[in-house]
Amino acid sequence: MFSLESITTLVQDWLNKTFPPNLALFFEFVIIGVLAIALFAGLGLVLVIMERKVAAWIQIRLGPNRVGPKGMFQSLADTVKLIMKEGLTPDGADKFLFNLAPYIVMMVAMLVLAPIGFAKGFHIWDINIGVLYVSAISSVSVIGILMAGWASNNKYSLLGAMRSGAQMVSYELSVGLSVLSIIVLTGSLGLNDIVLSQQDGWWIFKGHIPAIISFVIFIIAVTAETNRAPFDLAEAESELTAGFHTEYSGMKFALFFLAEYINIFIVCAIGATLFLGGWMPFHIGHWEAFNHVMDYIPSFLWFFGKTFFLIFLIMWFRWTFPRLRVDQLLNLEWKYLLPISMFNLILMTLVSIKGWHF
Amino acid sequence: MVEEIGKTVEGDLVINVGPQHPATHGVLHLVITLNGETIKKVEPHLGYIHRSIEKMCESLSYRQFIYTTSRMDYLSAHINNHACALCVEKGLQIEVPERAQVIRVLMDELTRIASHELWWGAMAMDLGAFTPFFHAFRERETINDIMEETCGARLTMNYMVPGGVMADLHPNFQSRVKNFLQLYKRKIHEYDELVTGNIIFQNRMKGVGYLSPEDVISYGVTGPAGRGSGVSCDVRKLYPYEIYSKLQFDEVLETAGDSFARYMVRLREMQQSIRIVEQLIDNIPDGEYQAKTKAVLKLPKGEFYQRVETARGELGVYIVSEGGTTPYRIKFRSPGFSNLSALDHMTRGEKLGDLVASMGTLDLVIPDIDR
Repeated sequence: MFSLESITTLVQDWLNKTFPPNLALFFEFVIIGVLAIALFAGLGLVLVIMERKVAAWIQIRLGPNRVGPKGMFQSLADTVKLIMKEGLTPDGADKFLFNLAPYIVMMVAMLVLAPIGFAKGFHIWDINIGVLYVSAISSVSVIGILMAGWASNNKYSLLGAMRSGAQMVSYELSVGLSVLSIIVLTGSLGLNDIVLSQQDGWWIFKGHIPAIISFVIFIIAVTAETNRAPFDLAEAESELTAGFHTEYSGMKFALFFLAEYINIFIVCAIGATLFLGGWMPFHIGHWEAFNHVMDYIPSFLWFFGKTFFLIFLIMWFRWTFPRLRVDQLLNLEWKYLLPISMFNLILMTLVSIKGWHF
Repeated sequence: MVEEIGKTVEGDLVINVGPQHPATHGVLHLVITLNGETIKKVEPHLGYIHRSIEKMCESLSYRQFIYTTSRMDYLSAHINNHACALCVEKGLQIEVPERAQVIRVLMDELTRIASHELWWGAMAMDLGAFTPFFHAFRERETINDIMEETCGARLTMNYMVPGGVMADLHPNFQSRVKNFLQLYKRKIHEYDELVTGNIIFQNRMKGVGYLSPEDVISYGVTGPAGRGSGVSCDVRKLYPYEIYSKLQFDEVLETAGDSFARYMVRLREMQQSIRIVEQLIDNIPDGEYQAKTKAVLKLPKGEFYQRVETARGELGVYIVSEGGTTPYRIKFRSPGFSNLSALDHMTRGEKLGDLVASMGTLDLVIPDIDR
């Protein structure tokens, strides 16, 4: 069976044989860093073109079709354009914070990539508190957005940042609670352990109704966390022109843009890991032959397939629903999602203690 | 909180929405005083697209001035032209042939549907849904194609002239309109599925931007915006012109007075326009498409007024004539201007997002407001 694990072992063995241990470790860090940045850029390009193609498909039009075959290099051309553009800093802006903000948002998105298992035995950092790490780091990005809105010295940006702050802080709760309900089942915070616990079937199938409820809540809440429509109040085009990044141009704007897409990828990857088994192939308990056939599909394909399915779902939301109003957005979280997910967590605990899950 | 509304105090957030802003659909400039997200005051500033059409009309002959009015409310160009043509005909007491009357009404109603289609897409876009815009344009393009074939233009048609219409219908007209009717009936359910039935959309629209019937009358709000509050103000019913008195159609009234009521009025009005087109499309009488008129028109000394129902409300044309070849003074009573004046009253105390929704339901066309 094809596995990425063998490649990583091969590389490590070769490095350890050729170089002294310290230098080998250093090279490993360099390789991982380069790979992470490459993945970051690659994902950004793929997701932007995917969004535009999905939007075009939903809106009965063709989408980009001029650059490259079927317009596939459009986002590459856009990136070149954005790099060439002048990164303007407005006169009234707080120059230090204004320029720092996009990097914070970007850095957060990159850091969160670390514990995600892309394939069997293929992750940057198998930390045993993976889920906690992800939710802790990802909540820092709201600081970057608030910083951008405040430092721009623009009223639209300020309103957008205020909205974004209220929204992300609230929806963090629902994301946390729905993630907790899976952790109750697995008993581990490590993302790798969570994947391994789905050997006999994914949690969305094994966990009864509470798992489905928490999956739905998770999807709604992460859509809000990533500031995507119908919860895109932070940038609400028809109200606030572009919200918190109104004053940004060139590559600084592109970093916000890229970070948004990487965040979508990350939350979908987490969702796929928790509910849909991450890189774990579709297994059904005790059907050995069937499971064996499923194992022949490489695990990274499983992971990316599930993740891109969830990404498609979130893009589908964006091109279908109108935007919520700010008070309705907060009502939805505090009056509906939070009580439901709290009750759901209790239900899940009961299911877990009694062993009612499969 | 309530008593603070309407007064500007130190520390309020004043933002300029427009003249370049995605929500204003043109160069409208709103100065909005905010308390957090709550609107305290909305001040519309006009004049960014003022072309002094009324003054220009004074130096143009009675045949020529009609063409400038296509540029006022460019989404119902036919109906603007129609109003002017009717007013001139009233002054000259020209009898318009029946064929011309039917063609005019057909064109008016097709224009109304096209205008409401565009409004529907733009309205949904204001609320953050982009897809309906493309769905609306799919149907609207068909109407534009029909217009292009018969009138030679897609937006500013300049088809109505004093005495009738400029040219006869294109031979394909009837079959293409019938095709459009079929397409429309096949697709209309998508409008409800995509937007009207959506729970987020209903929550955004219901109960916001309330206008009481008294407000409607005192602000002079007309058209679908006025009928959404239950005030009967359809000129086609109240002061019928052309053949409207012989046609079967209902005046659409909703009583809730909120944004959703105005939305529903427009949606149902499209159905009524479809009904009118269906009645007429097979019954276009033969005959002249234009009455015989003199080469140079001279209105007798006096004052003439004609009102019609455009897609946005009541359009009045007021001509003062000294008996010459050009009008002495022309005044247009445009629906957008009065409807906009109610915006401040509608949105005080509501959220910033509601402003966009309410403004969307007023269906403002800025060149119509500024002229």
